[in-house]
Amino acid sequence: MTSGLAALSAAAIRARVAQREVSAEEVVRAHLDRIAALDPQLDAFLALGPERALERARRLDSALSSGEPAPALAGVPIAVKDILHVSGFTTTCGSRLLADYRPHFEAEAVTRLEAAGAIVLGKTNMDEFAMGSSTEHSAFKTTRNPWQRDRVPGGSSGGSAAAVAARMVPLALGTDTGGSIRQPAALCGISGLKPTWGRASRSGIVAFASSLDQVGPLARSALDLAVAAAVLCGHDPRDATSSPRPVPDFALTLARGAEGVRLGVPRRFVAEGVESETLARFDEALRSLQAAGATIVDVELPHLGHAIAAYYLVATAEASSNLARFDGVRYGARTEDARDLSRLYGETRGQGFGPEVKRRILLGTFALSSGYYDAYYLRAQKVRTLIRRDFEQAFATCDAIATPTTPAPAFRLGEKTDDPLQMYLADIFTVPANLAGLPALSLPCGLASGLPVGLQLVGRPFDEETLLRAGAGFQKATSHHELAPPV
Amino acid sequence: MPRITEDSIDTVARLARLSLSPDERTRFARELEAIVAWADSLQALDTEDVPPLRLEAGSDALREDTPRQGLPREQALDQAPDHAEGLFRVPRILP
Repeated sequence: MTSGLAALSAAAIRARVAQREVSAEEVVRAHLDRIAALDPQLDAFLALGPERALERARRLDSALSSGEPAPALAGVPIAVKDILHVSGFTTTCGSRLLADYRPHFEAEAVTRLEAAGAIVLGKTNMDEFAMGSSTEHSAFKTTRNPWQRDRVPGGSSGGSAAAVAARMVPLALGTDTGGSIRQPAALCGISGLKPTWGRASRSGIVAFASSLDQVGPLARSALDLAVAAAVLCGHDPRDATSSPRPVPDFALTLARGAEGVRLGVPRRFVAEGVESETLARFDEALRSLQAAGATIVDVELPHLGHAIAAYYLVATAEASSNLARFDGVRYGARTEDARDLSRLYGETRGQGFGPEVKRRILLGTFALSSGYYDAYYLRAQKVRTLIRRDFEQAFATCDAIATPTTPAPAFRLGEKTDDPLQMYLADIFTVPANLAGLPALSLPCGLASGLPVGLQLVGRPFDEETLLRAGAGFQKATSHHELAPPV
Repeated sequence: MPRITEDSIDTVARLARLSLSPDERTRFARELEAIVAWADSLQALDTEDVPPLRLEAGSDALREDTPRQGLPREQALDQAPDHAEGLFRVPRILP
């Protein structure tokens, strides 16, 4: 059951707060109440900050009372994946090793959203260090899919997706290295955007695989994603990889909808291994988009079959390097009784990391090791070039590529934890955008066996605008994004 | 020929500074060998004249080289499991 303020979109909340029809404090209280009622069943949150949130809400209310203009996200409650630093909160990354870690600075993405009037209610659960597709690799709790509680919410941003789907917040931040925004968005029936690599600052976000990582919003409509993305994107001097390209006011461009957008469908690639009901929802979505003015063309992306292999070599290699910093010396937990420094490193990491993180560190270390570097890591980086070229050729005849976001709806808790390769293979549609550095959007496109599935659109570099406007057109013509889970 | 065995996983684990239990050693050797064998599909591609991917870097322009306050020493130390006299403290370095 959803009612009242917690059912509203981010844009609707902002409009009411700006009109002073409702105070930011009332909005925050309504969402905190809903979290208190629902989160014990769903376990989306790792930490809540009600006092911090109410204090910020009251400060915003008094600023609005004194006549200050309402910013773009005035009074919008948000949830933040526990890999981004937020002032006043620990950053655990879902890991025992960082259970008590308190950052010294805040993520630029969070600072930007809060400067625009958004209010952080809490930090959400995730697969440890963002490594996983189910949020089952969190060291702390198991988040449940609000549609069926014996199913995974997807991952690694599973807590953020579950929180938005269950109307505990209208907007959340996630990160996406191989699909970690889009896949949980799809499995929880909400919308999620991974911007172009370099489009938004990653300062204050714990790094997993630096050439693939990106931060982005999860929400219940393309419009809310557009409002959040316009705030998030843009250059930050603290992240040298963030682009100085100008950022459009995405929300203003949505009115054109899907009209005239050419969508490329890699039919042969999609036909392989997609569960039949998911494929049926995908084909219906394409017909809705056509009816809304888009045209569909066939495209070939011949190297996509190699994407998973390239992804798991590059991502793990970069992770093995990025996670070398967790050594039990400067921060994080430490194994107390190690006899010497070398054992201190090994035992701290051996006891602090969970099995999926260890598996990936080992794989990445292997891919970078002497004698194997050329055959695995370097070759995988070359395959990324082949995949990027496939997309460039496809974009000669289309404006975005459409595929299902995942081959099937949410699987059962525990179903894939014993078979890492099976878990990896389900990332087939999401990893290509990360490998090629492209923006990608997932939109809910209906139910398969009572569970949500997603439509994915992948765009040209820095062309989030086309994806969002096609998404808004799709959501104007359909009502899949308005379906709420039975919680 | 398998590349990852229970013997060679010890070398990889040592490089990664990761101590493994006997069970983990057996399990990871088996799982990683399966993953690597599967990833060998990449070997069939001709990548002879293909450069590794370079994504558009953010800002090529150099910034001004102006001195700034770094992280104060007490903050740098306040998350450390052990510190003394303004320094990180670790166990003996030689085995």
